[in-house]
This record gives sequence, C-alpha cells and structure tokens, in this order.
Amino acid sequence: MTINDKQDELIAEFEFHTDWMDKYEYIIQEAKRLPLIDPVYKQDQYLIKGCQSKVWLHASFLNGKIHLTADSDAIISKGLVSLIVRVLSGFTPAEILNADLYFIDKIGLKEHLSPTRSNGLLAMVKQIKLYALALNTVKSAKS
Amino acid sequence: MELQSTTFQSHLEYQGQPVNQHFPALHQSVFGKPLIYFDNAATTQKPRAVINAITDYYTTINSNIHRGVHYLSQKATDAYEVSRNAVAALINARHSREVIFTKGTTDGINLVADCYGRLAVKKGDSVVISNLEHHSNIVPWQMLCEKRGAVLRVIPMDHDGNLLLDAYRNLLDETVKIVAVSYVSNTLGTVNPVKEIIDLAHDNGTPVLLDAAQAVQHLPIDVQYLDSDFLVFSGHKMYGPTGIGVLYGKEAWLDKLPPYQGGGDMIKTVTFSKTEYNELPFKFEAGTPHIEGAITLKAAINFIRDIGLDRIAAFESDLMNYATSRMNEIGGVEIIGKARSKTGSLSLSIKGIHPYDTGILLDKMGIAVRTGHHCTQPIMDFFCIPGTIRASFAVYNSTDEIDRFTESLKKVISMLI
Repeated sequence: MTINDKQDELIAEFEFHTDWMDKYEYIIQEAKRLPLIDPVYKQDQYLIKGCQSKVWLHASFLNGKIHLTADSDAIISKGLVSLIVRVLSGFTPAEILNADLYFIDKIGLKEHLSPTRSNGLLAMVKQIKLYALALNTVKSAKS
Repeated sequence: MELQSTTFQSHLEYQGQPVNQHFPALHQSVFGKPLIYFDNAATTQKPRAVINAITDYYTTINSNIHRGVHYLSQKATDAYEVSRNAVAALINARHSREVIFTKGTTDGINLVADCYGRLAVKKGDSVVISNLEHHSNIVPWQMLCEKRGAVLRVIPMDHDGNLLLDAYRNLLDETVKIVAVSYVSNTLGTVNPVKEIIDLAHDNGTPVLLDAAQAVQHLPIDVQYLDSDFLVFSGHKMYGPTGIGVLYGKEAWLDKLPPYQGGGDMIKTVTFSKTEYNELPFKFEAGTPHIEGAITLKAAINFIRDIGLDRIAAFESDLMNYATSRMNEIGGVEIIGKARSKTGSLSLSIKGIHPYDTGILLDKMGIAVRTGHHCTQPIMDFFCIPGTIRASFAVYNSTDEIDRFTESLKKVISMLI
C-alpha cells in the first residue's frame, strides 16, 4: 500500500459522513484508536507546541522505514494526528518527503492545517518531513 | 412587554425591532446552522448604520483632512472633528482636544507607555498593573521597565477574579509612577472597582491609565467622575470599524508628554534646525490618520447612545445572569471568574475536555466562541488551565441563543466524554 492508497482509503471512509458532526464523531473515535505514545516520549523534547493544543511526536527509523507515534492533549487534535500517522507511518524517508497530503483537503479538514489554527498539526507535518529529509540526506550522502 | 422580576428579557429592541435586525452579518448560516455570534470581546459585528456611514464616506467626502482648502477636504475635516466631539461627549471629556485618535487600544497603551515613560519613569521606579490584564496592557509596560530599569508590580486577585485592593494599597509607594489597569477583564468579565483604584493612586500622587476596551460598549463611562488620567479603547469592539481607537488624556498630561511619532499633521513649523510641535490633539496624530474609521466611529457611538448605555448595561447584566444560571445546570462545567461584578465575558472550563475540542465542535454547530488563553496567559497560569471557552455577549444577543448554546454544550460533552 502506498501513501496515496492510504489517503484514498481515508477519503472513502469519510465519504459516509456528510454531516459535520458525524465527521468529528469519526475523528474522535480515531483518536481513541491511536496507539499511545510511549510515556518516555511525552516530554517537552518531543512537544510540538501549538497555541491552543499540544502535540507530542516520536519518530523512529527501523529497516529503512520511519515509524511514528503521537499524542495530543486535545482529542480532536489527537484524532487528526492519528490520521496523519496512519497515512505516513511505515514508509521510507523518500516516500514521506515526496508525499502530497491531499486527503486533508478532500475530507474537508483543510482549516486545521492553516497557519492560523495554531493547533500544532501544520508544525507536526513539517517536523515529520524534516525528519525524513534529514534521514534521506544521510542516506544519499552514504550512497 | 410586562416583565416579572424573576424572568429575563429575551432580547433588546431598537427602533421597533430586535437589535439583531440591525446587524446584517448576524443573519447567515455557518455549516448549515444559523449563526450565533458569542465572540464579541474579540470584535463586534457592525450595525447597518455604521456600514452605511462607511459607504457614504467613500461615495461623498473621501479626501485628506486638515490641509486641503478644497470643498471635500473641508467636509472630511469637519466630519472628523465632529466625530472627535462625539467621542468626547460619550466619555464626558472636558474638551475634544483631550481625545486622540489611535489605531486601537494597543496603540493607545503603547503611546502612553512610550511618552509617559520618557517623561517620568527612571531607574528604580515602578509601574503597577494587575493580574487580569490583556497582554497589550502587560507587554508595553514590561518593555518600558526594561528600557528604563524600572520594576513591574502586579495587583494580585482572588480565585473569583476580584483584584485584592489591600494588596494594591501595599504596592503603592513613592516609586510607583503609573498604574495601568483594565476596567473590565476580557477573559473573566470582572468589572474592577476602578474609581477606588484611581482614588488610591491619586492619594499616592500617581496617575492612572484605564484600559476600557471591554467597558465602553457595556457601561456608561464618565472620565471626569472617574478622574482617570488616561483612558483607551477600540472602535471595533463597540460596533465601529477596525483600525480606529481612542486615547483620552487629561489636557494637563497630554500637554506635558513629548510627542509619540514624528510626521505631518503633528507639527506647527519645521526647519532643519528645529521643529515646533502642533497643539493638542494634533501633536499625537502624525501622518494621515484612519479618516474613514474616525468619522464612522460616530455612527457606532450614536447607535450605542440611541439605545442607551444604561439600558444596554441592564440588559447585558440580565443576559450574564441568565447564561450563568444555565451553565450551572450542566454537570462538569465550571465558570472561571465569579467576580462580584461582571460584564461581557463568561469563561468556562469543562472537566476532562480541552477547550480547543469544544470550540471546534461548537463552531460546527454554528456557534462562534473563543477558546484558548485570550491573550491573558497569566490568568491561565493562575487557574492552572490551558485555556477557557469564552462566550462574550453583546447588545444583539438573546436568551434564546443562550438556550441553544446550553443545549449545544451538552451535546459536545456527550461526544467528548
């Protein structure tokens, strides 16, 4: 499954929810499914600080792939974070670096990635991409 | 309409119709739901009278003021000065030259912090603010203190959000050069005992700046009665345009202060060796001002005065009491700020729910509230919370809207817990 397959899968799941409250109900359920970040990583060092809600992100690199876990103090932020983790976790640095996250717009949640939302999500996506960029640079320097 | 003392007036009427009928922006749906606008402490919607005044300005008299000899410039200058008179009348200033047009409250506070600071604050002096202040009444004073080597002193509050006046008395000594406090807290809604605060400062020989950004739209203000040395507020929070605000200052103080910014309009004569500054109020209005904003602010003032600030205060007090009683019905909802006297803002915290989540879901139900720290991080630190949900009321809100807000909050809680 590619990153885009995962995005399309999410878009299909959201198609069932035409009402806004249903969409958020779904996001809240997703939040409850997100594998919790190891408490060791729930520290300031791993904190992506938004103005209103906090997001903790941990990335590890194993067998050429990036694995992500995350958490947030707000449940809707956590649900959105879980969608991003679901789409991007388990892929190579190059795949993540080149990913175009179109699903957020398609499912009508674009507002959450606007710089003014200050919920840490935009910063989180940037952080994941930076991590991928760093690993990708190391890899190309080695080869 | 006959009202019993135990019932609340559901809404206010103006010119034979509910006040909200005068506000076009309120009559729309968001996310398929009729809009309820409870973010009035951030900015209010504009009545048709103000919107029409803006159109009229640009369609009839737009031109630069105070310098043209031509017809339009004269008309615009007259309208600008008439508006200054309207501001002076609203707050009962002695003279319209005590009214300086600014960009807003923040601009007014920065002006006083800068000019008064240069005049009167030196190393070892202190500035007194309160625990309730908006960042805009904290940071300019912090910057001043840093620049002059002065110390910032903070009037503490109790857990209901009342300022502790005994502690305030103890802060006042000969080092205190200015006291800057809000009339009404933008986060907790506390109406501070400003007359007492001013009298105590004056007993100490210290002038006072009142931040009236959250007061002028809710309560009658009389600067002569209060004896306030400076008073600042914004047009956009009182149904007027954005980008215009007012600094009132006693003439004696404004005469003494050095100018703020240099430029056109604030000068009498300029040579390369010396500039002679213009008289009040022009000394503090460098450059082309926000002409349209200043002129159309008058329409907002007329709107408020026509309805009557006493009537507005009484109605909004009922609205606050009604909202408070409805919130107390909902399990898990805590009101943050239970001061003896409150207006405007009602801050809430819900056990186990992040304010951000509540804000997002209320938005999807068509209800605009503010969530977060409301530019008052020291208040959040005091209560040890990440933020609050703030519903802030205006003259066009109604008990029906509070009922829908109550039902929506119940639904939010059931979804999130």
